[in-house]
Amino acid sequence: MSNQKEIKITEVALRDGSHAISHQYTVEQVTAITKALNEARVPYIEVTHGDGLGGSSLQYGLSLTDELKLIESAVSVADFSKIAVLLLPGIGTIEDLKEAASIGAKMARVATHVTEADVSKQHIETAKELGMETVGFLMMSHMAPVEKLVEQAKLMENYGADTVYVVDSAGALLPHQVTERIKALRQELSIHIGFHGHNNLSLAMANTLAAIEEGANRIDGSIRCLGAGAGNTQTEVLVAVLDKMGIQTGVDLYKIMDIAEDIVAPILPKPQEITKDSLTLGYAGVYSSFLLHSNRAAEKFGVDSRDILVELGRREIVGGQEDMIIDVAAELAKAKATV
Amino acid sequence: MSKVKAGIIGSGNIGSDLMVKLTKSDTLELTTMMGIDPTSRGMQHAKHLGLEVFDNGVDGLLEQPDIVDIIFDATSAGAHIHNAEVAKKLGKQMLDLTPAAIGPFIVPTVNLGSHLDADNVNLITCGGQATIPIIHAINKVAAVEYGEIVATIASKSAGPGTRANIDEFTETTAKGIEQVGGAKKGKAIIILNPAEPPIMMRDTVHAIVEEGEVDEKAITDSVVEMVEKVQSYVPGYKLRTEPIFDGNKVTVFLEVEGAGHYLPKYAGNLDIMTSAAVKVAEEFAKNRLNVAAK
Repeated sequence: MSNQKEIKITEVALRDGSHAISHQYTVEQVTAITKALNEARVPYIEVTHGDGLGGSSLQYGLSLTDELKLIESAVSVADFSKIAVLLLPGIGTIEDLKEAASIGAKMARVATHVTEADVSKQHIETAKELGMETVGFLMMSHMAPVEKLVEQAKLMENYGADTVYVVDSAGALLPHQVTERIKALRQELSIHIGFHGHNNLSLAMANTLAAIEEGANRIDGSIRCLGAGAGNTQTEVLVAVLDKMGIQTGVDLYKIMDIAEDIVAPILPKPQEITKDSLTLGYAGVYSSFLLHSNRAAEKFGVDSRDILVELGRREIVGGQEDMIIDVAAELAKAKATV
Repeated sequence: MSKVKAGIIGSGNIGSDLMVKLTKSDTLELTTMMGIDPTSRGMQHAKHLGLEVFDNGVDGLLEQPDIVDIIFDATSAGAHIHNAEVAKKLGKQMLDLTPAAIGPFIVPTVNLGSHLDADNVNLITCGGQATIPIIHAINKVAAVEYGEIVATIASKSAGPGTRANIDEFTETTAKGIEQVGGAKKGKAIIILNPAEPPIMMRDTVHAIVEEGEVDEKAITDSVVEMVEKVQSYVPGYKLRTEPIFDGNKVTVFLEVEGAGHYLPKYAGNLDIMTSAAVKVAEEFAKNRLNVAAK
């Protein structure tokens, strides 16, 4: 591996971490975390509802605070870091994107299921027109063969994405699978390639390093693992590891460690660890934000949450289908009652 | 019994499915297919059925305006602008299945009676046709403060038009939830699922009703009654479970299996649009025949 590599990190705790705290971020929390991340010189900070712009809903959970207020307050304390927003076409709209841009969001990350990139065309093009940096975010990348992933990534490149991410939304990919995916994209694309991991199988760091080895240079992390499921690649650990490898991130290691310890840890309802449920997400290949929803459904219907998750994986449920959790839980409960 | 003459603009999937449905109608006589590509499968089939076939779209009607009374537009929002102008000029009733939404929104089980003489009505979206009846049914019993729907459809059933402009779905459906369903505020989400074999269309309705006592039985009865009404023109429309209550939140799970006329059965999203359009046109036709009889 060359020592000249430069990796740009996007901190996702204020978006992906929204799932872990049931979308209850306050302006004070977002301001304090963003201000500190800005001082630690993190290049990008993503701030939105966990399901992106417009995600506040009964389906995914209502936001405590209007996400535009959160974005606005993040922008107000970030003179170095750029604020990124996530948008899932089908949930958020171009209007939402324009509003976010008008209050200072500088990067648009447009996310689709790994096989559905064509729904992102309008949104990526609009983000470009708005002068934003653009990212195509191919979610649930474990569900498609490598050739399909490459085909879909090329679509996003054609629409004007500056970067395409392999997104392991379920934390289900194994290192060799990350390697083959990033390698194929590196051969076929001329734009930046990114990797977004989840730690459900304790592989987020290993997968991230595999991605970097093959040429990914945009990496997502969540500080203190504050992300959906078991969280993402832990940002402060990543900064330390890359530093030891001689790879530049520009992030101040001591400062980011302090943020994790002093500001983020107190926000966590409980420390992020790989529980039997988050492990099952990775094992069954289920979207990480389903964790808390399936816990609640398991309790309500008196079934094992692992059974719900495994069944959702078997049915090839994709991101956003939280309504299927209740549906499956109700079915399992019925089956149990008739036994 | 005499029939009212109908024509279709657009010979793609939707137009072709309409063709099958209209040939079964007791009140409508399909006379005309207006497309642009004479070699397309839909146009070939129209010829085979012995329909009048125009390959210059709606403009073909200018020559023979008397061969249709009611027109279905199964093209695109952009094309609908011109199609609507021609229909208006010729005094034809227009059922708009595109997202153009020039005319009022219409859902057969909710507000059909209010627009019997409208010159242009819009069928909203597939998700709207599947869920607005339920929002309305809940709203009849307890005022819906907020109605949110999630439509999940098979990737294969989402055509290029839907994909290229997916915001039209969410925005138009949300408006329909408010304007026709009666919710104070509406929101819509659409999800594409690529699983094989393709999944049936599924719709989930989440509604927050006004604070106070929630009459679960009355809401459930109203929803069940509405499902039966929709089933009269979309037989594959069904409740997956009884409505689920959580305080003042009501959740209803639906599945829509298509009739499998021209489109595969999993494409319940397309079937509910064409079925609703035919239902509306049949009511328009009955109204015309009644008026003519008087």
